[in-house]
Amino acid sequence: MDIPYTVEIRRDTGLINGKIGIWLFLASEVMLFGALFASYILIRTGAPSWPRGATMLNVPLATFNTIVLISSSVTMVMAWASLKRRRFGTFRIYMGATILLGFVFLVVKYFEYSHKFENGLFPSTNNFLAIYFTLTGLHMLHVIGGMAVNAYFWGPGSKLWKTNPEWFTNRVEHSGLFWHFVDLVWIFLFPTLYLL
Amino acid sequence: MTSDHAVASMTSDHADDIDRHVRVYISVFVALMVLTVVTVTVSRFHLPVPVAVTAALIIATIKGSLVACYFMHLISEKKLIYAVLALTAVFFVALLALPIATVNNGYWIH
Repeated sequence: MDIPYTVEIRRDTGLINGKIGIWLFLASEVMLFGALFASYILIRTGAPSWPRGATMLNVPLATFNTIVLISSSVTMVMAWASLKRRRFGTFRIYMGATILLGFVFLVVKYFEYSHKFENGLFPSTNNFLAIYFTLTGLHMLHVIGGMAVNAYFWGPGSKLWKTNPEWFTNRVEHSGLFWHFVDLVWIFLFPTLYLL
Repeated sequence: MTSDHAVASMTSDHADDIDRHVRVYISVFVALMVLTVVTVTVSRFHLPVPVAVTAALIIATIKGSLVACYFMHLISEKKLIYAVLALTAVFFVALLALPIATVNNGYWIH
């Protein structure tokens, strides 16, 4: 028995099931990060003093990471567009670039975190670092998760292209929606933590 | 089954549409790069905190909207997705507003 509405749309919703599913999941993710942002606002406004982000964190490095993640969003959507144009080879190149850019993001984060730890700065040191590590740590886990799914579609999962190209295209689109969301969170995280 | 498949193909974009989409993606990418430079530049002016926060949030919202509308195709999505997101927005605002409203020297309680 086939999984229903992976390619054909449901007439009552006007959508395929996977599309609704991923948007519902993203809605829950909005609540997750929203709760942490609310915590940040409360902690910061209630604190007697709060350091400016630039005094604690590396702004040029984070700006570079912002450019990396935005670029990966472009390559992600280009990967989907390539499948729509039935160019599987081009899809592989763009999806590979997306995964690579995600890896670059993680490497930069590794340098950021290890520099902090080497200088005896941990989440337990103060409230700024606690919320910084929590927010960026959770975001980083989402980056890793997204990369894992993207790697699956780049690698073993791509054999679906041969048997059901429309379904494969839709699955890549849904993975792309998650990846764009991860980029979107960073677009808010970056100024909040580093620039204010 | 075949008629549903035809509907699926019809709702998916044709080659010309994709070309137009790709042009939009490149334009959005350039806009996002520019806005990233803008937001970092503005932060260097060391504006008073409320002004800095407002400016940062406005720029971030514009960037986020570009990603949502064009990369995530929200600008041409179905009503059900809009409804889900509208509900999410309501709960998100409540999630942010409720804890802030409990603070004694917050802006809403004296």
